[in-house]
Amino acid sequence: MVGLEWYLGVSAILFVIGVLGVLISKNAIVVFMCVELMLSAVNITLVAFSSFMGDVHGMILVFFVLCVAAAEACVGLAIVIAIFRNNITADISKINLLRW
Amino acid sequence: MELTTLLFYFFSLLTIGSAIFMVFSKNIVHAAFALMFTLLGVAALYVLLFADFIAATQILVYVGGILILILFGVMLTTKGFTDNLKTLTTNLRPVSVVMTLVAAGMIYVLLTTTWPVAEIAEPEGTITGLGTLLLKEYILPFQVTGVLLLVAIIGALLMATKVKHQQ
Repeated sequence: MVGLEWYLGVSAILFVIGVLGVLISKNAIVVFMCVELMLSAVNITLVAFSSFMGDVHGMILVFFVLCVAAAEACVGLAIVIAIFRNNITADISKINLLRW
Repeated sequence: MELTTLLFYFFSLLTIGSAIFMVFSKNIVHAAFALMFTLLGVAALYVLLFADFIAATQILVYVGGILILILFGVMLTTKGFTDNLKTLTTNLRPVSVVMTLVAAGMIYVLLTTTWPVAEIAEPEGTITGLGTLLLKEYILPFQVTGVLLLVAIIGALLMATKVKHQQ
């Protein structure tokens, strides 16, 4: 079995890719997918620590993160679709009504 | 080299490679399918970590649920023209530099820290422990999560249904 550092490294790289996608993407749906990527990266960390310490509590946390991710995805996509219906765009650089 | 080590390298390369493809893909449908491969790779990593229940939940919730939801979102926000499926990127170069630095910093920290690792035998399965913990110690968060999901369903329905505008 590979060491804990390898799993943490994969998780760190995935998280950074997710942040990168959120920062460079102009499409709201792609931003969503990148947020899911970041949640998955954190889940890998939790499962790795939980497995390497022989403690199930970390996996409970992953379970709750999964539930919150599902809720976030369904509400978020509803928001994107509502914005698209009123504003006819999914481009987040054009949704700037609240910009000062 | 052990088989599990080889599998770990394969699945982590699959995960990271399709994540990079997802971020830099010009076509949003391709990005969604790359996300599917990423999530499947993450589920395989969970299996390699002996987290059987979490891996199954990952496949059911992410690949079976959230990804389909995202594909529906793609279909509903593109008006049916393939030209609009293109995604644009902004600030690519500075963000890439900063994120590479952040990744290097994180990997440096995790390599120089000594993590407390318990030498454990291969567990037989996590479902029993998880179920007992969920219904004993974590019963309140469990119920609150149920309420959260209910509220999310109601909120999504309210926002996605058509609002009658007063003329």
